[in-house]
Amino acid sequence: MAKSDLREVVTSPIVTNNPIALQILGVCSALAVTTKMETAFVMTIAVMVVTAFSSFFISLVRNMIPNSVRIIVQMAIIASLVIVVDQVLKAVAFQLSKELSVFVGLIITNCIVMGRAEAYAMKNKPLPSFLDGIGNGLGYGAILLAVATVREIFGSGTWFGIEILPLIQNGGWYQSNGLLLLPPSAFFIIGLLIWALRTWKPEQVEPKG
Amino acid sequence: MASKETPLKTITVVAALCLVCSIIVSGAAVGLRDAQNANKALDKQTNLLSVAGKLEANANVGEIYAKFVEAKFVDLTTGEYVEENAATFDQLKNVKDLTKSTDLTGNDVAGIKRRSNVADVYLVKDAQGNIESYVLPVYGRGLWSTMYAFIAIDKDAKTVKSIQYYDQGETPGLGGEVLNPLWTAKWEGKQLFNANGDVAIRVVKGGGQDKTPSGIDGLSGATLTSQGVENTFQFWIGDSGFGPFLKKLQNGGLNNG
Repeated sequence: MAKSDLREVVTSPIVTNNPIALQILGVCSALAVTTKMETAFVMTIAVMVVTAFSSFFISLVRNMIPNSVRIIVQMAIIASLVIVVDQVLKAVAFQLSKELSVFVGLIITNCIVMGRAEAYAMKNKPLPSFLDGIGNGLGYGAILLAVATVREIFGSGTWFGIEILPLIQNGGWYQSNGLLLLPPSAFFIIGLLIWALRTWKPEQVEPKG
Repeated sequence: MASKETPLKTITVVAALCLVCSIIVSGAAVGLRDAQNANKALDKQTNLLSVAGKLEANANVGEIYAKFVEAKFVDLTTGEYVEENAATFDQLKNVKDLTKSTDLTGNDVAGIKRRSNVADVYLVKDAQGNIESYVLPVYGRGLWSTMYAFIAIDKDAKTVKSIQYYDQGETPGLGGEVLNPLWTAKWEGKQLFNANGDVAIRVVKGGGQDKTPSGIDGLSGATLTSQGVENTFQFWIGDSGFGPFLKKLQNGGLNNG
């Protein structure tokens, strides 16, 4: 595979084939972990690592996986990786793992991981599969960080914990928007992002019919 | 495709995969366990030192903890100190053991269903080794979640020094403001009991409550969380909680060593 193709594999999921905005995968966790930049960032890294390595390993053994049980085999590999990531987080970033709580475990059910394994890794060599995982992790992360930026700045008046808009509670002037602290607000923001993206790239609009 | 579909091959592949995965997972779990337990202990010690006002920036938490804090165990019914294994003691584990906990039906102010018969308390000392304050772990239902806190009580066993919630899932920005230092600062110097020795802490909205000796202004927009905080205090400072222990401390009935 040529070098430019490999680059394409990494970059295309960020805008043109974004897992959240175009494939509409992994939305559930995007609602839950985007109240703060910090959790969104760690979640992005975790999903990227899991997607990349699960795609890599699945691609490595793709010719040995019996077709009749392939989904279960993929799940076993993904689940093992997620547990390892969860354990590592508990050991090195305890405070964050407490905040992410169940959502790290729920990466197992994140449709992006499974979707890339089934759609890409089963048909491609390990290296492109690995990069495809990285690319989709980046695409997921781009949306997550965009949503978290809006939610944290206008919901809590901070960005990565740094004060941007001083809140009334702390003697400032900004009355925080309570809706942005609740999960449904991410729906609106993701919806607006998809709208913006499809206005920019009209070819992403599904054909009517 | 057809060649890899014999049952024997399928089973072999799956078995081999399971073996490899289980080795990786258990390897990670065992290999990282020490670091994880150290993190858990450190987290608790940090919270404790923070509520006791002993936390200094860039200091070694473990060292300060060992120097200033002594963990003891109290039988909540009698209020007397009892011996427990400090390394393994866990109130929440006791709650699941019918012989080590009490059913609270009819008296469940804090919404916790059962409480451990023995609770941990922490004696915080000054540099000379004299007791400066007592830190009690408390928890109770808020609106969405069970909220866990440490409260530091002055050595007179009547006055609040500070409170700190370290685990809660209340609405961010409303009930989640139990973490706000401006709010927790209002607790300093509040009297736990009234003249009759009953629990007097009230967390009520508005009306300048924080001018009264035992009243704290509730969190605006979080009436139920504020109520949960008050209930937590009513229960844990009351007779079913640390009440007997605190009364004994007030009367000098416990040898403070």
